[in-house]
Amino acid sequence: MIKKPYPTPQSQGATNTLRPRFSFADIIVIAGVLALLYALARLGAGATAPFGPHNPPTVSLDPANLPYYAGRSLLRMFIALFLSVVFTLIYGFAAAKSRRLERILIPILDILQSIPVLAFLSVVITGFIALFPNSLLGLECASIFAIFTGQVWNMTFSFYSSLKTLPREIDEAAKVFRLSAWQRFWKVEVPASTIGLVWNGMMSFGGGWFFLAASEAISVLNQQYTLPGVGSYAAAAVAAQDGKSLGWAIMTMVILVVAVDQLFWRPVVAWSEKFKMEDTQSADVRHSWMLTIIRRSGLAEWVGMLIQRIGDHFPHRTRTSNQPSRTLVVNPKRERIIDILFYGVAGIGIAWVLYSGITYIGSTVGGDVGEVFGLGFLTLLRAIAIVIVASLIWVPIGVWIGFNPKISNFMQPIIQVLASFPANFIFPIVTIFFLNTGFPIDLGAILLMSLGTQWYILFNVISGAMAIPNDLREAARNFRVSGWQLWRQLIGPGIFGMWVTGGITAMGGAWNASIVAEVVSWGKDTLTAHGLGAYIAAATTNGDWPRIVLGVSVMSLYVVMINRLFWRRLYLLAETRFKIGN
Amino acid sequence: MTQVTTLAQPTIQAGAPIIAAKHITKSFDLPHSNKLHVLQDISFTLGEGEIVALLGKSGSGKSTLLRILAGLIPPSSGEVIYQGKPLTGPNPDVAMVFQSFALLPWLTVIDNVEIGLEAQQVARIERTKRALAAIDLIGLDGFESAYPRELSGGMRQRVGLARALVVRPAALFMDEPFSALDVLTAENLRNEIIELWMEHKFPAKSILIVTHNIEEAVYLADRIIILGSNPGVFRAEFKNAMPHWRDRKSVEFTDMVDKVYQIMTNPEADVDELLARYNQAVASGQHSDDQIAAPRDSLTTAGDGRRDSTQALLVHTPQQAQGLRLPQAKVGGMAGLIELIDEQGGKADIFDLAKRLNFEVDDLLPITDALDLLDFAEVQQGDITLLDEGKAFANAGIQERKVLFRAQALARVPLIDSIYRSLQMKGNKKLSADFFLDILDQRFSSAEARRQLETATEWGRYAELFEYDAASDTLYIPQNGG
Repeated sequence: MIKKPYPTPQSQGATNTLRPRFSFADIIVIAGVLALLYALARLGAGATAPFGPHNPPTVSLDPANLPYYAGRSLLRMFIALFLSVVFTLIYGFAAAKSRRLERILIPILDILQSIPVLAFLSVVITGFIALFPNSLLGLECASIFAIFTGQVWNMTFSFYSSLKTLPREIDEAAKVFRLSAWQRFWKVEVPASTIGLVWNGMMSFGGGWFFLAASEAISVLNQQYTLPGVGSYAAAAVAAQDGKSLGWAIMTMVILVVAVDQLFWRPVVAWSEKFKMEDTQSADVRHSWMLTIIRRSGLAEWVGMLIQRIGDHFPHRTRTSNQPSRTLVVNPKRERIIDILFYGVAGIGIAWVLYSGITYIGSTVGGDVGEVFGLGFLTLLRAIAIVIVASLIWVPIGVWIGFNPKISNFMQPIIQVLASFPANFIFPIVTIFFLNTGFPIDLGAILLMSLGTQWYILFNVISGAMAIPNDLREAARNFRVSGWQLWRQLIGPGIFGMWVTGGITAMGGAWNASIVAEVVSWGKDTLTAHGLGAYIAAATTNGDWPRIVLGVSVMSLYVVMINRLFWRRLYLLAETRFKIGN
Repeated sequence: MTQVTTLAQPTIQAGAPIIAAKHITKSFDLPHSNKLHVLQDISFTLGEGEIVALLGKSGSGKSTLLRILAGLIPPSSGEVIYQGKPLTGPNPDVAMVFQSFALLPWLTVIDNVEIGLEAQQVARIERTKRALAAIDLIGLDGFESAYPRELSGGMRQRVGLARALVVRPAALFMDEPFSALDVLTAENLRNEIIELWMEHKFPAKSILIVTHNIEEAVYLADRIIILGSNPGVFRAEFKNAMPHWRDRKSVEFTDMVDKVYQIMTNPEADVDELLARYNQAVASGQHSDDQIAAPRDSLTTAGDGRRDSTQALLVHTPQQAQGLRLPQAKVGGMAGLIELIDEQGGKADIFDLAKRLNFEVDDLLPITDALDLLDFAEVQQGDITLLDEGKAFANAGIQERKVLFRAQALARVPLIDSIYRSLQMKGNKKLSADFFLDILDQRFSSAEARRQLETATEWGRYAELFEYDAASDTLYIPQNGG
C-alpha cells in the first residue's frame, strides 16, 4: 500500500547512486566525533580533582599545557551554553504560558539582565565552594555560573518573545489538531524560536569568553582561586610579568574564538535557516563548510532517525478519549482568589527583600551611599564617553563598510570575532603602556573599558548601513544629495535603530568591564581608577559583604535608570519614526 | 426551488447534527466598561452531508463564529453542543484549513500532514500510510519530502487540506481558504473538492466554509448563511439545492447570486421585505434594479447638523457608534472610483464594477460606502449613482476637488467635524492623537479606534482641514495658512 516509503537511511543510500556508501565526509565526521568524546573524557576527569588549602590548584606557564587548558575553558563555555538553553526553555516557557508568572518573571529578567555579572561573582564563588568543599568542582561551578549569567538573559528574552509572537493561525492549527503540550513545544514552539535563540546564543557566547577569562582566576575574600584554563594561564602570566606567555595565551584565545566560530556557530546558524517563518526562499543563504560536510556524511540523518525510532518505542500516553480538553472552561471566582493569593505572596516577598536589603545597608555602610553614587557617576561618564567616542570613530567607518558589499562580506565575520575576543586578555599590554608612560588611569580606564565594547557599535552600524535599501541610495545619488544632507536625511535615520542596539550593548558591556578595568595590574604594580567598578572590585577582594551589596545595587540602579530614561526612548523613536518598510 | 428562512423562522436542518450552536453571543471588553459586540444571538446547526457557507462582509464576525464552533475561543454567552454536552475545548470533530495555510515551515509536506495523527498517537507505520493516502487523494504526489516554502500557494493549501482530511474529521472548517490564492488556482481547488465530495471520496462528513465571496458560496454550498455586520447577526439563510456541477451562467445561479448580493449590499434592510420586493420585481418581468428601494440607514447618515465638537463624539452608545464607523477607504481610491463611474454615465453596478476591476466585491464596498457617506454617490440595490457633488468632483481640478471634499467631509462626517472644531478651539491649534483615541476607545476596540482616527486623518489631510505629526503623534491645524 505504501507507495513512497518515508526515506530511511537505507533507501536514501540505495536511491542516491551518485554517492558512495561510505564517503570521505563520513570518515571525517566519525573521526571528529571520536576525538570529541576522548577530549571530553580527559577534560571532565580534571574537573573533580580535589584541592585544599595545602594544594591550591596551580597553573603552569609551560605552553605545552595550553591545549589542555584551552580544552578545559572550552568545556566550561559549552556547559554554560547548555545550561543557558535549558534555563531559557523552562523560564521562557513559564513566563509565556502563565499570565501570573509572566508578571513576575519578566520584570525580574529585565533587572537581572541589567545587573553586571562580575559584580556578584564573589557571592557566587563563596556559595559554590561551600557546596563542594575541597573539590575543584565548586570553583568549576562558579566559573560556569558566571558565564551562564553572562549569556542566558537575552536568550531567555528572545525565546519568550518568540513564544508570544507565534503567528495566530499556527497557534490555532496546533490547537485544532490537538497537539499535546509536549508535541506543541517541540514541533511548533521551539522550532519557531530557533533562529532567535541561535543568534542570541552566538552573541552571548562571544560575550561569554570575557566572563570566562575573568572568572577562572579571581581573588575572593582575600584568597586567590585558580582554575586550570586559558584565562587563568593569562592571569598567571600577568602575575609573573611574563610577556611571552601572555602572547601564547592571546594566540590560543584567537584560535579558540575562530575555531568555535567555524566549527560550531557557522554550521548551527546555517542549519537554523530552515526554521525561518517566511514562506519565501531567501536569496542569500548562509553557508558553512562544516555543515556541508556533516550533511554530506549522512550521519546527522542517521542520528535523527535513531532518535525518532527510540522515541517510537517509548510508551506513549495514548489518548483514546475523544473528549475535548477543558481549555475554555474558566471559573472567574476561583481565578480571582488565586490571583489575590499569588500577587499577595509575591508582593510581600518583594517588599521583604527590599526592606531587608535597605536596612542591611543602612545599618552597616549607610554612610557610603552618597560616595558610591558619586563613584557610579564617574563610571557612568566613562561609559558615556565610550559610546560617544566609539560612535564618532566607528559610525563613518561602519557605514563605509556597510555600503560596500564586498568589504562587508569579508569584514563582518572578522569584526564578529573581534567583538567576542575577551578584551581582558589585552588589558595587561595596555597596563604596561600606562605604567611606562604614566598615563592617568582615570582616563585610561575609558580606553580599557572600550576595548571589548566598541565593536558592538561598529558591528551594528554595518548591519544598519547594509539594510538601507539600494533604491533609496540610488534616489539620493540621482538627486545629488551628498555630504551633511545625505547623513541627515538618509544614513542617519537609516542606521539609527541599529546604532541604538549597538549603543545599549556597548554601554552594558562597559559597566561590566569597569569592574575589571578600573583596577589593573602588571606583576606587583597596580593601577586603581576612581569609579564604582573599582569600589566593587575592592569590596569583592576584601570579602566586604555590605559594600558588595551596596555597590552592586547602585550599579544595577544606574543601568536600569539609563536604559529606561535614555535608551528605551531612543528605541521607541527608532521603532516609530525611523523604520524603513513596514 | 430555493427556500429561504430569516430571523423569524427556525434554521433549516440537514442530516444528523454534528455541531450545534445555541444563542451564541460574543463581545469583547472595551475601556470604560463598554463592550464591542461581535456576534449576537446566533443559533446554528451543522449536519452530516452538507456544505454550509458563512457569508458576510469583513467585520461580520464570521471567522469568530467559526472559531467558537471549533472550540478555539469561548462564546460570551450561549453554548456550542458537542456530543450532547457543552464544548469545553478544541472540538475533536473539527479539522481546519486556514487562510494563511498555517503550515509549519520546518516540517516536510508529509510531516505536516502527519501532525494531527501524531497528536492522536497513531503508530508510525499507520500514520505514514494514511498520510500518503491523503497526499495521493489531494494531488500532492511527489512532494512528500518537499518543504512548504518550496511550494506555490495552491500546493501549500493542498497540504493544508491534506493535513485536515487525514484525521477524517466529522466537519472540515475552512476559513477563507482560497482568498490568498490567484483566481485560477482557487477555481481549480474548489472543483477538486466538489469532485471528491460528489464521488463520496471526501474524508469529512460536512464542510463549513467562511467566505466573503458570494459566487464561491453559491458555487459550493448547500446552505448559505448571511451574517450582518456590527454586531454579527443572523440575517438570512438560503437553501441551495442546485445540483453540482453548478453552471455559473445559468439563470438559477445568477438569480441566487443576485439575491444574496441584494442582502449584502443593503445591510440595514429587512430581508423579508427585500426579498418580497425582489420576487415581485422578477415576477412583473422587470429588471430588479431600481425597484426595491431599501430604507436608508438612519445611522450612517447621522452626520446631519453640526453638533458641538466632542459632544458629537460622545453621544452615541457603542452600538450606535458602529453605524458611525468610517469605512476604511483612501481618498485616492474614492477619486478613482468617482472618475470611473462618471465615465460610465454616472451610474454603475457595483458587482459588475468589481468584476471588471478584478476586485472582490468586499474590497470595493468600503470605497462605495465612503462615497455614500460623503454624499458623493448613492448606493442602492447594488448600483452606485453619482450625486451632484460627485459629478462636480469628477470634473474638478485638484484644488477644486479639495474644496468639494472639505465641504462634504465637514458636513457628513461627524468625526472629522469634531476633530476640526476641537482643534480650532485650542489656542495653539494642537491636540494629541491620544485625546481623540480616548474618546474613540469608548466605542471601538483600540485597534479599530486607531484605524478610525487614521482614516479620519487621511481624509482631513486631503481636505486640508488639519495635519498630523507622526513624531509627536499630534493633530494640528497649520498656522499662517500653511
